[in-house]
Amino acid sequence: MKRRLFLKSAMATSAVATAVGAGLLTPSMVFASSAKFKALSDAANSSAAGAAEGTFKFKAPKIAENGAVVPLSVDAKKLDGVTNISILVKSNATPLTASFNFTGGAVGFVSTRIKMGKTSPVTALVTSSSGVSAKTSDIKVTVGGCGG
Amino acid sequence: MGKIKLKPKAKKGVIKVKAIVKHPMETGLRKDKKGNLIPANHIDHLTITHNGTKVVDADIGAAVSKDPYFQFQVAGAKGDEITLAYKDNNGGSGSATAKSK
Repeated sequence: MKRRLFLKSAMATSAVATAVGAGLLTPSMVFASSAKFKALSDAANSSAAGAAEGTFKFKAPKIAENGAVVPLSVDAKKLDGVTNISILVKSNATPLTASFNFTGGAVGFVSTRIKMGKTSPVTALVTSSSGVSAKTSDIKVTVGGCGG
Repeated sequence: MGKIKLKPKAKKGVIKVKAIVKHPMETGLRKDKKGNLIPANHIDHLTITHNGTKVVDADIGAAVSKDPYFQFQVAGAKGDEITLAYKDNNGGSGSATAKSK
């Protein structure tokens, strides 16, 4: 019994130690990657502001039952030379959710699931040989997706 | 960080690549029960390679759901090799390769 207790507490302390280690490492790394991502996000936001109305298909639910898992898909197969599809959630902390770059034989199509903190317009931004076009869909969120 | 389920399926000259990557995708904004911030831990970059050629290069943010699901489409045929490789913000990485069915 004593040995078990000892092992349990030993494991707990080592877990805490790793967590502290991870915590100490994280701040600068988070800022580093999010700085680059934040720049991408700002660029995408300004692109979206000036974009033409998209002719592609943007499938998104009107109401997201669970903000942690909102499925959406962007089908720009009819457009020529699609090089990028980006997803922007206006009311999220960092609006840019993901940016997919396509080359070679990749088709202008992407489907994924995202987290939304609250009800927000979501924009799909497509860059193709005809320029940048966007389509926005309002998604209502009943339970916020970031745990807060 | 986690397992990757990769299922490429070819039909009429297009390979539908469906993938699920097991990953916590922490935004770095959540707090645990004690009120401490759970550090950010999410995939930040992902690539899809088709027969050795990179076809998708994606920058992924923390707002993509936990255990993210992705579907891509690539021109190709049965037997072609698809590889998914990802990197996360803590330096972790993973990859998986599958032959298109």
